[in-house]
Amino acid sequence: MTGDLVLQVLAQGAQMFFVLLIAPLAIGVVRQIKARLMRRQGAPLLQGYRDLAKLLRKESVVAESASWLFRAAPSLIFALTWVAAALVPSFASGLMFNWAADVVALVALLGAARALLALAGMDVGTSFGGIGSSREMMIATLAEPAMMLIVLTLAIAAGTTRLAGVADFFISEPLAVRVSLALSLVALIIVALAENARIPVDNPVTHLELTMVHEAMILEYSGRHLALIEAASYLKLVLYLSLLICLFAPFGMAPATAGVGGWLLGLLVWTAKLLGGAALLGVWEVSIAKMRVFRLPDFVGVAFIFGFLAILLAFLTGGAGQ
Amino acid sequence: MRGRALALVYPLSGLAALALAIVDLRVLLGGGEAVARLPIGLPGIGLHLRLDALSAFFGVVINGGVLAASVYGMGFDRAKELTPRVEPLFPLFAAAMNLVLIADDAYAFLFSWELMSLTSWALVVARHTDPESRRAGHLYLVMAAIGTTALLFAFGGLAGPAGGYAFDTIRAHAPGPAVAALVLAAALVGCGSKGGLIPLHAWLPLAHPAAPSHVSALMSGVMTKVAIYGFVRIAFDLLGPPAWWWALPPIVLGSVTAVLGLLYAVLDRDLKRVLAYSTIENVGVIFVALGLAIAFRANGQNAAAAVAMTAALLHALNHSWFKSLLFLGAGAVLHATGRRDLEGLGGLIHRMPHTALFFLVGALAISALPPLNGFVSEWLLFQAVIAAPALPQSALRFASPAIGAMLALAAALAAACFVRVYGIAFLGRPRSVEAAQAHDVPAAQQIAMGGLAGLCVLGGLFGSVLAQALAPLLRELVGSGLPNADHGPTPFSLIAFDPSRSIYDAPIIALFVAIASVTTVLVVHRLSARRTRRGPAWDCGFPDPSPATQYTASSFAQPLRRVYGAVVFAARETVVMPPPGDTRPARFSVATIDFVWNAAYGLPGRAVLRLSERLNALQFLTIRRYLVLMFTALVILLAIAAVMI
Amino acid sequence: MNYAYEISHLLAGAMLVTSFALLYQERIAAVLKTFAAQSITLALAVAWAAWSQDRPDLFITALIAFTLKGIIIPVALHRTVARLGIHREVEKVVGVGIALIVGLALTALAQALLLKVAQGSASHAREELALALAIILLGFLMMIVRRNAVTQVVGFMSMENGLILAATGARGMPLVVEVSVAFSVLIALFVFAVFVFRIRERFDTIDIEALDRMRGDRR
Repeated sequence: MTGDLVLQVLAQGAQMFFVLLIAPLAIGVVRQIKARLMRRQGAPLLQGYRDLAKLLRKESVVAESASWLFRAAPSLIFALTWVAAALVPSFASGLMFNWAADVVALVALLGAARALLALAGMDVGTSFGGIGSSREMMIATLAEPAMMLIVLTLAIAAGTTRLAGVADFFISEPLAVRVSLALSLVALIIVALAENARIPVDNPVTHLELTMVHEAMILEYSGRHLALIEAASYLKLVLYLSLLICLFAPFGMAPATAGVGGWLLGLLVWTAKLLGGAALLGVWEVSIAKMRVFRLPDFVGVAFIFGFLAILLAFLTGGAGQ
Repeated sequence: MRGRALALVYPLSGLAALALAIVDLRVLLGGGEAVARLPIGLPGIGLHLRLDALSAFFGVVINGGVLAASVYGMGFDRAKELTPRVEPLFPLFAAAMNLVLIADDAYAFLFSWELMSLTSWALVVARHTDPESRRAGHLYLVMAAIGTTALLFAFGGLAGPAGGYAFDTIRAHAPGPAVAALVLAAALVGCGSKGGLIPLHAWLPLAHPAAPSHVSALMSGVMTKVAIYGFVRIAFDLLGPPAWWWALPPIVLGSVTAVLGLLYAVLDRDLKRVLAYSTIENVGVIFVALGLAIAFRANGQNAAAAVAMTAALLHALNHSWFKSLLFLGAGAVLHATGRRDLEGLGGLIHRMPHTALFFLVGALAISALPPLNGFVSEWLLFQAVIAAPALPQSALRFASPAIGAMLALAAALAAACFVRVYGIAFLGRPRSVEAAQAHDVPAAQQIAMGGLAGLCVLGGLFGSVLAQALAPLLRELVGSGLPNADHGPTPFSLIAFDPSRSIYDAPIIALFVAIASVTTVLVVHRLSARRTRRGPAWDCGFPDPSPATQYTASSFAQPLRRVYGAVVFAARETVVMPPPGDTRPARFSVATIDFVWNAAYGLPGRAVLRLSERLNALQFLTIRRYLVLMFTALVILLAIAAVMI
Repeated sequence: MNYAYEISHLLAGAMLVTSFALLYQERIAAVLKTFAAQSITLALAVAWAAWSQDRPDLFITALIAFTLKGIIIPVALHRTVARLGIHREVEKVVGVGIALIVGLALTALAQALLLKVAQGSASHAREELALALAIILLGFLMMIVRRNAVTQVVGFMSMENGLILAATGARGMPLVVEVSVAFSVLIALFVFAVFVFRIRERFDTIDIEALDRMRGDRR
């Protein structure tokens, strides 16, 4: 009995730890694919780890006008994102704390991290931070309604907002190609692109102020603070990839009762799917250009329309008597 | 002598509020009711008073707010502040609000409602030399009169032709469907105007900021909850079993109010007005929750109705806490800097550290961010919306994604709005001399704010305890309460329908975040033990110490203005650039059109003026014409009597 | 059997998405490409219905839809646009956002209506019909909210696509009717093209707002 409990705690802890471990590798895969497709050699796959180590070793310079919020924010942002990423079921559904992974709560945790980051961007009192924070909050107002519609579609289909419950539902259903789920998949991909500041919403490698959103907010950070914020953005990407996998491609996830062997297999499958998703992201980023900021409502609006259509179609195929 | 008597007002009000809150808590948790009937009032009817679970819950909300405002008021410097006009009315206002809650007949209710409006009006015009206050008071009086008239009709409809105005009599025979519809509409107008539902909201952003800050906290945080109480009492108690389409007006009006209120807030530059507009949004959210509760109850889905009703009641409680906190903070800022406009603030986190910390808690709470209390009610409301597609009526079912989207939009806009307010007012560098020389407020005011901030944190972590405390009240209102936390994995988990469907466990998540933060900080400090160095901000090599180069409130709002303001307010930006060589400054101006004001106030206002000008001709008739009028009236009366009898 | 209906729903849903995409486009070339995509999706849907319901006559409809509306008509319109030098941009009466939201409302309306009206028939037929009705309504919406005569033609033909999808769902529609539907499309296009040429010659524009001003009986 206690042995089982210990195993459960270890498994949950392993999920939390592994999510953090794989994040820089996922970013490395994205960068490698982009570089290779642009016929460059690109940075090595493990560069993400080296970047974080380098930033940790460097001195942290803080502006004179910055307050305690500026210094405290990176740790909080990292902790919030890490907890959210660690709650998404990855290699097994039914781990010890899987009931806490409510998708509404997860979205709200990410929202808290974003609000703190936006506040930190405003803290120093320069115009760069203001640009980044104001645009980031605008993009959030576009993406959150779409996310809500996606959650509603999933809840209509699976009858629950617990991520583990949705994953179990989709594993147990025969492979049904439903229009509403296809539409919510596209909508969730667009929302994920918007939230993670990837092309076409934001360029993660730019330093031109007119094109910055995320980079502008973190411009003043350096050293270990920047390391934490970079790690948080890697984790956010892993979170969204993991969410997409959990909801729309959950096959191979170990069930709650599997032992260590089942979990290891699930881990392998999940890692493969995650890195595959990262590779697809790299291909996408190379194929499309970044949009100007005021075209973004049209782009994220597509996610909203698709989300709404998904619900309407779910009503249709779900039948009149729900 | 008078001064010394007035100095006791706040401490005594605080003690009275505390005592009342304790009494209300005992009634809420312990069950039971208190009934009284006083011989004053209408002859033969008297004044009925009753304290039941619903009144007790709202009593806790109200007296909590009064307590915080009283403690805040004790911190005023009596020699300098405008207290002699305010202090006598403050306890009267609080007493009137409490009276509304325990009124058990229509007369007592309307009397205390009017008393509440009048005392708050007097507080709004306390600074009567300020034209803004005068205008606010004027509009407030007009809207309050309209609201009370609507409530008069509502109670008239409820009492019926027999004229039984006591609530017991009204409960005994429910009105027919047509009358019930009219009563509901009148109640929505009456209570909605007091709460700030669009299109009856226009007085709120003028009146709430004009009053002294602790009174603004009471008006925004507490008086709006009295309006909510009025609507709940009429719709859930006095009207009897609901019809499904009763849900539509509160839901539609509530969601429009929520989004529009925040769009107004995001574009405004006055700190207190932004908070007033945000109150409108929260009242809209509560009405959406109430509408959903009506819809579920009408269809017999009691579990879902319980979720929606808990969301509404908890949001009322949470909003009273964080909105009072924010208004008290705004009062502190006003006291410290003398300025209310966001464009003149900045950097206050360095000068007013305690206020800044408490205001931050309030801002994060109102943005519905976990693990604070705003998220608890928001989560419950989202769960209710997610259950809405199970409703049989197609209007409600198809409306549910629209409602969900609008609520999500409101939540995101609230976060944007309060990041803006906090970022401009407290962060960054000071934009004016007053902001640069600000100092923190006296201890009493900090204690008031700190207490409310602590309640926000506790309410967030132990939201399930609050929800469980409401269970007996919910059983009375909608027939069932939320599932007990015993069903869940931990003692503090908030369960919406059943544990396999949706759980929100705030303490566990907060624990995880705490563990993660502590681990992070320890590990990072082990790996990188260097201190931080202070340096100048990044300036691309062009050092400019002027704080005018940082983002202003208008510039922060610009993306939102471009995306939403262009559609909703027809916002147009114009830049007038003088030709090169001309040394005049360029001018940037934004023009917005308030369609709601034009349609709901401008149009009827002009119509009323035109009508009254026409009717003015009645002042100047000849004697013969007056006789004609009297003769016509007499003949019509006789004709009606001939037909009816 | 379930599998077959899922695929046909997927294709019908894809057609609905292209109807929304038609409202979203800003340039005429993109509108024509989207219309071609819609027609090809229609052809796939009809072909799938032919294969899964074992009605070989529908293959011919699919072929007609594919060649005529998927290839020939878009290419012809593209050439027309290029030759006449018509504005490359789509002139809009209402913005993209409002048009899309109205489109959503129309989809909900179509669905609510059919779920009520066709209570007795089988659920899959009802669903196909709801999607087809939504496509028809969206085609009509496109004709209303876009000023350009070319986009009006495209809107009209997307309505035709919706009609064909609806007819595919209904059992027992003989080949003759389908051929006549195809021919009516051809004639409609011919008439429109002649009009467009004539109008362009006389008035130097085919923006219908400008044309409206020329009408003698203006209110």
